Amino acid sequence: MTKILVVDDSNSIRDMVSFTLKSAGYETVEAKDGQDGLNKAQGTAIDLVISDVNMPIMDGITLCQELRKLPSFKFTPILMLTTESSGDMKMRGKAAGATGWLVKPFNPEKLLATIKRVVR
Amino acid sequence: MSVDLSQFIPSFLEESFEGLELMESSLLDLEQGDDETINSIFRAAHSIKGGAGTFGFNNVTEFTHLVETLLDEMRDGRRKIEQDDVELLLDSVDCMRLLIESIRDETECETSKIIETSVLLEKTLAADGVEVSEAITINSSDTVESKTDDSSTWQISFIPEHHLVQTGNDPLLLFNALADVGEVTIVACAKDLPALNDIDAEEIYLSWNITLQSSAEEDDIKEVFEWVEDECELIITKEELSNGDLSIPELLTEPASLEEADSIVPTPTIEVPVQPTSSPSATNTDKPVSKAKTELGSIRVGVDKVDSLINLVGELVITQSMLSELGNDFDLSKVERLNSGLEQLLQNTKELQESVMRIRMLPISFAFNRFPRLVHDLSKKTGKEVELILKGEQTELDKTVMEQIGDPLVHLVRNAVDHGIESAEVRIANGKPKKGTIMLDAYHQGGSIVIEIKDDGGGIDREAVFNKALEKGIVDEKTVLTDAQTFDLLFEPGFSTAKEVSDISGRGVGMDVVKKNIQALGGRIQVISEPGKGSTFRVNLPLTLAILDGQLVQVGTETYIIPLITIVESLQPQKELINRVSGDMVLYRLREDNVPVIPIYQLFNIPCEFDNIENSLLVVVEADGQKIGLMVDDLLAQQQVVIKSLNDNYQQVDGISGATILGDGSVAMILDVPGIITMALAQAQLNQQNRSRLQPKITQSISEGVNS
Repeated sequence: MTKILVVDDSNSIRDMVSFTLKSAGYETVEAKDGQDGLNKAQGTAIDLVISDVNMPIMDGITLCQELRKLPSFKFTPILMLTTESSGDMKMRGKAAGATGWLVKPFNPEKLLATIKRVVR
Repeated sequence: MSVDLSQFIPSFLEESFEGLELMESSLLDLEQGDDETINSIFRAAHSIKGGAGTFGFNNVTEFTHLVETLLDEMRDGRRKIEQDDVELLLDSVDCMRLLIESIRDETECETSKIIETSVLLEKTLAADGVEVSEAITINSSDTVESKTDDSSTWQISFIPEHHLVQTGNDPLLLFNALADVGEVTIVACAKDLPALNDIDAEEIYLSWNITLQSSAEEDDIKEVFEWVEDECELIITKEELSNGDLSIPELLTEPASLEEADSIVPTPTIEVPVQPTSSPSATNTDKPVSKAKTELGSIRVGVDKVDSLINLVGELVITQSMLSELGNDFDLSKVERLNSGLEQLLQNTKELQESVMRIRMLPISFAFNRFPRLVHDLSKKTGKEVELILKGEQTELDKTVMEQIGDPLVHLVRNAVDHGIESAEVRIANGKPKKGTIMLDAYHQGGSIVIEIKDDGGGIDREAVFNKALEKGIVDEKTVLTDAQTFDLLFEPGFSTAKEVSDISGRGVGMDVVKKNIQALGGRIQVISEPGKGSTFRVNLPLTLAILDGQLVQVGTETYIIPLITIVESLQPQKELINRVSGDMVLYRLREDNVPVIPIYQLFNIPCEFDNIENSLLVVVEADGQKIGLMVDDLLAQQQVVIKSLNDNYQQVDGISGATILGDGSVAMILDVPGIITMALAQAQLNQQNRSRLQPKITQSISEGVNS
């Protein structure tokens, strides 16, 4: 089963994303910030990471950079959740190794459609 | 698929309120200015905006976007942190709270303040020439419209950089996405494929040529490649002819034969005609999410509390199994072990109880954290400099009590700023520091929590209070009152000593409501004041509403419980202090007070052991500032009892506030002391009416006894 790591400091967004994913038959691992996500990513086979950008302790950009350093995350798709549609944030994400981004607000349908673009 | 998001709305609301509180308190700290604080404010706003958008609350999103933009400029150092901006942001926080509250309450929000504030925000933003961008960027794929005109043919040449897959992108998935836009024919080009030995399995060497038959616009196609546009060469050309079978440009030629080239890419030279799947029609994010009934009835409990609960239950199970084993074939030699087992059970139960109570407990900082803002605003309004000191914020309090104590505390703090602290000139003239201090302190004392609101202002003017009471007819000139009694007058309905009614406090509804609210929680309030040095309002509250410290008393065969907090003292009546003012009414002289005696057996019409006051015991209780003596047969133990509602299980009974189950399984009633006082007064009045012709002088006997 496809396992997805969901990283967001907002409980409601994290719950909503996780719930949507589970309803669609994915397995999820939840983390409340970048550091938590990094800890949970290690030693687990993750097929996709969906991470918020703005988070306390460790932000999404740093998480992405850190994950890319791990051999098992070299090719793992990483999607950034961002409210900023500006090119700047996208560039920073790409530079950190993110696969793509999903602009908030998004609805469950959009989320699932986007995921289909990165996981087989 | 459709997912019902409404279930996440309560949690969104809860965290939004938390976010707003954080923004508020951080904004107040920001006046000194530092990067981490502004970052955390920004993050909170950002989270609220994101959540609101996701759940379809567009008015919140739009408004918060403005706030966020302003914060972003401050964060980036593009804008200096000015006091005016901080004030504007504080106002904005209020607006956001209004908006979110209206979502919670499912009411229409009062928009004038919000519009006003957003205009101000826009003005502020525009002043520095930073354009306000569109609040919500709807991803273009959401709004792909099925075009009515004929489909056209697109030639797309996609030449990825070798490292494309290393960011997690996958050409096949891109093609799948493209297939959603229209009918595609894909041809791979393997001309750059190196020799097998030179192939790095982690790189891509292929490129592709795609023919797309679609009615989509160029932007729709570009969007598919949005994530990889910097990592590939992408050439998109439109063929005017609506003929999809045109030749593929020469670029893509020789078919490659190395199948192991890259496991991620499709096998070269295979044409992949993919039928368009259901068109990505306009599933717009603006679709309002069905609103949930959003009472924030949840409580967030720390994992440690749950863990300790589980631990204790574990221990309880061990004790239980030990005891049941002991009971298997019990003889006298095992009595000692039985006793120690029971002792252990007692210990377990006690700890379990405490642990469960702790779950409902929250640190009082939840109630305190609104005060920095309040005092900030008040000190601006009144022009007084006031510093607020919070102490004991980690003191824990029952959630229900916390929710209900908020408003009374606000009132007390307002009063402290408005009436307590003097103006700067007066303070300097009195040799005090210019800046006034208000301290909020919370601590545990016995089974209750004490909250103190202390100011270093001018203190309460005893004379003014007395004169006002005189004016209102509450006291007469001859009345001699102690300090405490004088200050108690402040809690009389409609009592205000404010020289002029200000915008902040002194609007008449006041201290009496504060006192009533506190009493409704089973608490009491006390005033200590020293002229020139300041006043302290001390609020005593029970830790929880579910459990009560009670004094068990016996009347006949019945056991009643008197809430310990209401008991002033218990005594054996002395004959010479008993006064009978009328046939029915007995007053007991308790030092300088005359306390009316109410025999419980009469009240509930039950048999008793002693119907004579001289032989029975007197429990003096106090409520609403009135003392009465309850006449009982015997005093039993003091213990904590769990309150069971009588309304839920039976019906409301006058003079009884609830019931509990005692250790032996019997039910005992908990006396409603304020209720009993009201009953007794009504009863006395009734009796007086019946005899008024004969004894016109009795009319005031009870209230005299009570008030004097």
